[in-house]
Amino acid sequence: MAKIKPRVKVPRSVKAGEFFTVKTLINHKMESGQRKDKKTGKKIPRKIINFFEASFNGTPVFTADIQPAVSSNPFFQFSMKVDGPGKLAFKWVDDDGSVYETAKPIKIG
Amino acid sequence: MKKTTRTAMIGAFLAASLAFSAQAGGMNTELVIDTDNGPVKIITHVKNPPKGSPLSELYSGWVFRSKETQALETDDFDNPGMIFVEQARDAWNTPDGTVGKSCADCHGDPSSMKGLRTVLPRWDAKLGKLMTLEDYVNESRVKYMGAKPWKYGGGQLTAMVALISMQSRGMPVNVKTDGPVRKFWELGKKLYYTRVGQLDMACSNCHEDNYGKYIRADHLSQGQINGFPAYRLKNAKLNSVHGRFKGCMKNIRATPYKVGSDEFKALELYVASRGNGLSVEAPSVRN
Amino acid sequence: MNLSRRQALALGGAVVTVSLVPIDFAMAASDEATKEAINAFTGGADIADGGVKLTTPEIAENGNTVPISVSAPGAVSIMIIATRNPNPGVVTFNFGAMAKPAAATRIRLAGTQNVIAVAKMADGTFRKTSNAVKVTIGGCGG
Repeated sequence: MAKIKPRVKVPRSVKAGEFFTVKTLINHKMESGQRKDKKTGKKIPRKIINFFEASFNGTPVFTADIQPAVSSNPFFQFSMKVDGPGKLAFKWVDDDGSVYETAKPIKIG
Repeated sequence: MKKTTRTAMIGAFLAASLAFSAQAGGMNTELVIDTDNGPVKIITHVKNPPKGSPLSELYSGWVFRSKETQALETDDFDNPGMIFVEQARDAWNTPDGTVGKSCADCHGDPSSMKGLRTVLPRWDAKLGKLMTLEDYVNESRVKYMGAKPWKYGGGQLTAMVALISMQSRGMPVNVKTDGPVRKFWELGKKLYYTRVGQLDMACSNCHEDNYGKYIRADHLSQGQINGFPAYRLKNAKLNSVHGRFKGCMKNIRATPYKVGSDEFKALELYVASRGNGLSVEAPSVRN
Repeated sequence: MNLSRRQALALGGAVVTVSLVPIDFAMAASDEATKEAINAFTGGADIADGGVKLTTPEIAENGNTVPISVSAPGAVSIMIIATRNPNPGVVTFNFGAMAKPAAATRIRLAGTQNVIAVAKMADGTFRKTSNAVKVTIGGCGG
């Protein structure tokens, strides 16, 4: 499987107290556990991203508890507002225990 | 099979409703993609196709998709095909093969490839053969990098083709159909109009005679390839032109030609020429 | 295409074979499973209708990737349920103080079914809404 690489999109700068949109995408097969291996007929074990969290300066902003019915390459979009600049950190948790992380600075402009 | 029976069967199979022109008024052809380099306008509709075109108007496959699927292509961030493009960008910068060179060592930034996709497939006089973009990538890998060729239609090659194609996004497709490629173009045309398979159908039966209508639940497009490689919701990956040809042939219960075969390269040239004037749109999003 | 299939039907007056073939529902969750999933979220509390906006396509071109968005002013959590998937649970969003109670994602639907959004409000009450989504099974695209 290709390297898992999270992606996020935030505005270059935001206004204090005004909502802005955050988009996130991570490449992941989201193996549902429902599919069968065509050759062996056996079920392919589930392996999904089961949790997503965005937090600003350490405070959770948005989280998602994820089931296998979320599509491959999971995409989440939400809106948030901040009073001042800081770091928006993102975390995806895999069934196998791996954690994928990235962060974006939020600038007030 | 008698022609009347055959026509009746296709009629029943298509069970289509109204002519496409009737819908033209309500159709969305405005596609502007929000990219890292600003908005890129895509020509999805050509009112006056080049002379000799069998189509009275040209439409990108994007036009035939639902508004939800269309929306996935309007922002590069929303387009899951970009995941694979980014992987190809990593590969572009990574040395491979016995020579120890990367694509970037010779070509610099992928943007140096701007325009290339618009003219492919083409006759290469130096190599003395018809070349697709896939062929050029593998040619470079083998000859200049000392690397193994990537599998035609495979994930790595298709992603690299998407990265290179994307550099021409918005530019009109402009493949040559005369000169030394003529014989390949003629072969492609013959394949396009030849009925094959248990359903006894040619490409033209769906994509020329009946585009804009429904075949069961599928909204038939003109079968244009300006958006390929295309990210399909169906299999959640980038799909090559030849992979799509193969899928179509399977759908009509025919034995497909091989991905990377001369037949499919000829067909690719012919089908590309039917879209001369539409923008390169790769990587597109389709159902 | 701006023209919906329903409009196309009305306009054409002819047969448009939109095949909404129910796929293998032997795997589909029972109504009981849906109830259980909702109860796990609400603790069995009553759920009022309305106050939740769920946006789904009327007809999804492919069940593998169905874009949805949801919002519920005053909500702290929203759970999405797909009533005829093998497991009804899809995703639960939790909103902190900085977030607008709204989110969008892409989900898998194993056939035509109702999608339910249940919102937990800041005061501990629950609200819900439900949308029908048709999933087409085509010969070529799907």
